[in-house]
Formats: sequence, C-alpha cells, structure tokens
Amino acid sequence: MTTRTKRTLATLVGMSLTFAGMVQAAPVAIGAPALITTEQAAAAQPGRALLEQTLARSDVIAGLQARGVSVEAARARVAALTDAEAAHVAAQIDQDPAGGEVLGVLLTVFIVLLVTDILGFTKVFPFTRTIR
Amino acid sequence: MIARRACLLGASAAWLTAGCAVFGEPPQSAALVAAPPAGLPARIELREVPFFPQTPYHCGPAALATVLVHGGLPTTPEALADAVFLPARDGALQTEMLAAARRGGALAVPLPPRLRALLEELAAGHPVLVLQNLGLAFLPRWHYAVVIGYDLAARELVLRSGTTERLTLGFALFERTWARGAHWAFVALPPGRLPVSAAEVDAVQAAIGFERAAVPAQALRAYDSVLARWPDNALAGLGQGNTRFASGDVRGAAQAFERVALRHDSAAAWLNLAMTRQRLGLHDAARVAAGRAVARSRSAEPAWLAASEALHRQLAR
Repeated sequence: MTTRTKRTLATLVGMSLTFAGMVQAAPVAIGAPALITTEQAAAAQPGRALLEQTLARSDVIAGLQARGVSVEAARARVAALTDAEAAHVAAQIDQDPAGGEVLGVLLTVFIVLLVTDILGFTKVFPFTRTIR
Repeated sequence: MIARRACLLGASAAWLTAGCAVFGEPPQSAALVAAPPAGLPARIELREVPFFPQTPYHCGPAALATVLVHGGLPTTPEALADAVFLPARDGALQTEMLAAARRGGALAVPLPPRLRALLEELAAGHPVLVLQNLGLAFLPRWHYAVVIGYDLAARELVLRSGTTERLTLGFALFERTWARGAHWAFVALPPGRLPVSAAEVDAVQAAIGFERAAVPAQALRAYDSVLARWPDNALAGLGQGNTRFASGDVRGAAQAFERVALRHDSAAAWLNLAMTRQRLGLHDAARVAAGRAVARSRSAEPAWLAASEALHRQLAR
C-alpha cells in the first residue's frame, strides 16, 4: 500500500469514527449531521490519531477491571475521561502515582524513613518532629 | 587499615555533601521567605472546611470529599471510592481524581506548580487538593491531602491530611514532599467559579472535561465563567455554543458560533454555525457558513475538510 493510500484510509477510518462519536455524544435531530464537540475541536490537530484514542477507551475499561474495579464502575469512570485522558491512563495505569499512603513495614525502610523524617526531608510518620 | 580509614573518610565527606544539598532550603520556600508576597493576608485558615478521616489507602476519596462538600456538593468518601479507588494499586490516579470531581459536579482545574498559587487560592477561600510523596523518590509514599491554610510569619501550611484533622507543615518540608509529586495540585469548585491562579489553557481543558460529565446547563455555566475571564478563547466560545445548543437554546448557540467564527475564522465554528442555521431554517445563511468552513479547512485546518465538503454538498442540493 502506498503512503498516500494509507493516509487516505486512515483519514476515512478516523472520520467515520469521529462521526460515530458525534452521533453518540449529541442526540440531536435525526438525519441531520451532529455538531462538532468542543473536545473534538480541541483534539483536531494535524496528525492526531483519532483511531488510537477510541481504542484507548476500551483499553482503560479492561485495565481497570483487571485491577479490581467492577465492570459497571469501570464504564462510568471511563465515560468521565476525555479522549486525551483515556489515552494517558491506558498507557500509564501502572506507572502513574497512586495516592493511597502505602508503606512496606520492612525494618530497614522504617529506619531510613525515620531518619529522613527527623532530618526534615520526608514526612512519613505522624509522630516525628523535624530537628529544624 | 589505612585503606579502610580512607574509605570511611570518603563516605563521611559524601554524606556531608549530600547533607548540604538536602538541608538547603527548597527554592520556592526560600523565595517566599525572602520576599513575602504583597497583597496576600499574613495568615489564612479555612476552618469551615470539613474533615473526613481516611480509612487505609483511601486518602484520595477522603481528600476529594473534603473539597466537594466544602464547595456545597454533598458526597461521602465511601461514595467516591467507587469512582477513584484502584484496588490493585492501593490508591487513586491523578487523572481519575479530576474525573471524579467532575462526576461530583465540580469543575476541577489543575494549578500552576507554584507555592504562591496555593496561597492565592487559600486567600480566595478555595481549599487546594495536593499530591505529595511523603517518602523518598525511590521509596515513594503517595498521598493526597487538602491544604486549608497558611501562616507567612510561622512559615507553615495547615492541612487536612489522612487521619489528622489539623496538620501543620513548614513551607520547606511541604515543598519537598510536594515537589516529589511534581507540584501537582487542583481546585474543585461548582461551575460558575474559577480558581484565581489557574492558567487559561488549564481552565479551558477543565471545562471541556466537565462538559463530558455534566448536564449541559451546568457545563454552560463553566464555559461562561471561562469566557468572562478570557473572552478571546475560541474553544470556550465553541463550548458555549455547543452547551447552549444541547440545552435547547439553538438561537443562542448560533450567536456563540458566529462570534467564534468571525473572530477566529475557525472551521469547527463555521461548521457548527452552518448546522445550527440549518436547524433554524436559515438555509442560505447555512450554505454561506458551510462555504466558509470549506475555505478555512482548505487553507489551514485540513482535519475538517471532509466534513465541511460533505455538509456544503448537502446544503447545496
């Protein structure tokens, strides 16, 4: 396939997916084309792969489920993400910080963090007071 | 024996050097202390901010409930856990915190990565949700908390944090833990209000995200507030048109699209204007707008060319 054909095909697939998204997002008059959503306008930069973003959404649902979230909750959570956010979560679900206050209670770790707490470098333990 | 002593000496020298780097005042705290910001009260504490003590690993839902309830949006940490908690990670992701705030009815806007921005928000009466790494880069202990006050003279911040209702942290210690979380913070407010320190692009992106989760009338209020501060923002103008249209105000939508189209020559605005005019029965005017969409797409915005041409053809029939 030539580059030109590939590009045309990608545009066609992208446009049809965009259109499918518009139909789903804005329930307006049947038969009339739907308005371009604000999110689509924000994302419409040259070379932006709409196809990848659409796939990211199902990836996130599967990713959340695999990490202990129920199907219904995962669907509702993904629905609140923009395309760009869904793509980010799909790629970073295991790398991004997950705030939750997790701490292994290994003794060495405990001592290291106790010392850094006292030095005023960290604040892991509620009972420490920094020396400065 | 000698070699061993040299080794120890070397180790102590390294420790001292590292110590200096660690003990140096972090840059933003140092700047704040050197030049206390003018125009800010010396001391603020938003005592009325509620406190939800966290259960294990659930600092995300607790912190989120704190800011939402303070903003007049009733919820509980238990209800929010379903929206943010990720069991396999024992915590909550930042992106999902923003999305859950939207689902809770608030516009969640990330702040610039500056301590000064936090103080400005507090002075405006907005509690700030922050991500901290309470541990070290290689031993992370990620934590969400809510900053509710500061004291410039005492150089400290007041937080609702974990199971502590009133935690005071020095500027320097807070900045170290906050910098390890890449200075991430956001303010969540009911639509119609905006954080005072937010950048234009962050406020617009927040409104776009909010439009996805909120009913159109609420999303419209968010766009209206963005336009009140940044009247020239094209995306916010487009959002205003879209949410007016979705609320049933087709005439108002046409006005919003026309304003953006004329001011920015945006293909998306011309396209939406054409469809809205068609809906209003203004076929000639709709065809003119579609023609402008085609022209603009050809010259500068190829992403909309196919859609513009299709609409133009349809309207020409």
